[in-house]
Amino acid sequence: MKNYKTIILSNQEISPGYYRMRLLTPGFSESARPGQFLMMRVQQSLPPLLRRPFGIFRTGFLPADCDGMPPKEYTEILYKVVGRGTNIMADLHRGDKVEVLGPLGRGFDVGDPGEEKILVGGGIGLVPLYMLAESLSARSKVRLLMGGRNRDDILAVTEFERLGVETYVSTDDGSLGEEGLVTQVLERKLDKFPSSSVYACGPMPMLDAVYRICHRRQVPLQVSLEALMACGVGACLGCVVKGAGHAEDNPRYLCTCKQGPVFRAEQLDWSRLGEEPGYCEGCKS
Amino acid sequence: MAVDIGGLTLKNPVMPASGTFGYGEEYAPFLDINRIGAVVTKGLSLKPKAGNPTPRIAETISGMLNAIGLQNVGVEDFIKFKLPFLRELTTPVIVNFFGNTLEEYGEVAARLSEIPEVAAVELNISCPNVKKGGIVFGTDPKAAHEAVSVVRRNLSKPLMVKLTPNVTDITVIARAVEEAGADSISCINTITGMAVDIKTRRPRLANRTGGLSGPAIRPVALRMVHQVVQAVKIPVIGVGGIVRPMDAIEFLIVGARAVQVGTANFVDPASMITIIEGIEQFLIEEGLKDIHQLIGSLEL
Repeated sequence: MKNYKTIILSNQEISPGYYRMRLLTPGFSESARPGQFLMMRVQQSLPPLLRRPFGIFRTGFLPADCDGMPPKEYTEILYKVVGRGTNIMADLHRGDKVEVLGPLGRGFDVGDPGEEKILVGGGIGLVPLYMLAESLSARSKVRLLMGGRNRDDILAVTEFERLGVETYVSTDDGSLGEEGLVTQVLERKLDKFPSSSVYACGPMPMLDAVYRICHRRQVPLQVSLEALMACGVGACLGCVVKGAGHAEDNPRYLCTCKQGPVFRAEQLDWSRLGEEPGYCEGCKS
Repeated sequence: MAVDIGGLTLKNPVMPASGTFGYGEEYAPFLDINRIGAVVTKGLSLKPKAGNPTPRIAETISGMLNAIGLQNVGVEDFIKFKLPFLRELTTPVIVNFFGNTLEEYGEVAARLSEIPEVAAVELNISCPNVKKGGIVFGTDPKAAHEAVSVVRRNLSKPLMVKLTPNVTDITVIARAVEEAGADSISCINTITGMAVDIKTRRPRLANRTGGLSGPAIRPVALRMVHQVVQAVKIPVIGVGGIVRPMDAIEFLIVGARAVQVGTANFVDPASMITIIEGIEQFLIEEGLKDIHQLIGSLEL
């Protein structure tokens, strides 16, 4: 975990309104775990004041240059342009300087090898699932269920397929894959593969529906949550979420940045979680 | 660069503002904590406090609103779980605390007096986000005097009192806490503000209002620090929107003996180091041998 003053290697629009940014981050991939995130300072001047949190999509190495330069270690984020911070980011280019704090937070527990896993991604919620799929696919059968409002919201599916992950796409308007909600696909898959563990990231109402399905069937579920964050390191306590057993007279808050962003479903109070506002600017903002 | 703030000597005048630096350990991976003048920990109460409902933060132009509601682990867990890290530091530890009642203020003060690792305390009578305690004591000179007096009687350490800007005349409160036995004053705490989501037409904070911090409040803070410095004899610590070295230098020029850095810690975890180095550089550039040649050097 450190603060990197680094540069952008590339920043491309991959679908209308969605971007993929590659950052030079020496030493990052050794420590980054699936489900962790980073906080990016998008420009040196103000506003925006606060850093923006983004799920880590993947880390890797660019091959050594022919002029003898060593391999470059990089980190990729995918983000959706929704507000002031991401609008500025969309205009950044190769060579532009940014500051990145990370890797932060607790990631996914990869569970038992051999057990089948189902990953459920909603829109930009797909981001933290790629590193997880990389890690899981070496040891288990992995299926990705990917949902969005329309075809523009479906990202990077072929990259999951290259890992050997079976992918199923659904869109609300039927413009790609089958028409309907990703949670309907989840129900069908769980009918067929009842013992699978489920990992999910996406909008709160989707996570709420995934929770209800998994809870009814007693299927283990881990979710990656989005939250507004100021510090990203557990100091400000601005990003808390209600934990299991939370009550007015016995409040139990969990810090999304430090104790999450990945939680086991049973750690959380789901009674009103689905009503929480959506914060999604990148994956986690 | 060394300064004295009412019985406590700091090697330099830069420390975090309470609530923006956790209990210190959260920022240990990002900066050498022993290089800063002191650590100021998150507001502590006798019993653990859960804080306010979410959403608790909202970003505004050059500022942020927060309504955390003083969530903290309580004195006993602080001693058990947070003190071991703080004990290893060589820089002084200042513990910020508050109570729900006068009796609680006294009780926490007495408990903190027993802890040798606590170099000084900062009394919070100024949090805008809680109904009981906090700002209730900080907006009325009589109540502020009473709270500080109770703490003074129970405390054997240097006492810093943090004032709220949410009053008509901050100098009246400043004089009241000085008279009641404060060794120093830190000001300002956050300014009560509000933000609305225009789509849902609902407040962006569950608490409806919150405390505004960040560069947006700096001119207000600077003005109030200037006023308080004129009004009292005890040292004043300037707080409010300090991000760059020049911001801290402004506060020192108007007479602040030290400064606290808050929201900037979120923006850049090493900002206090940059500010310390920037002040040192400024002293060299201006040909000043001692920081006291800068403090209170405002020309009117």
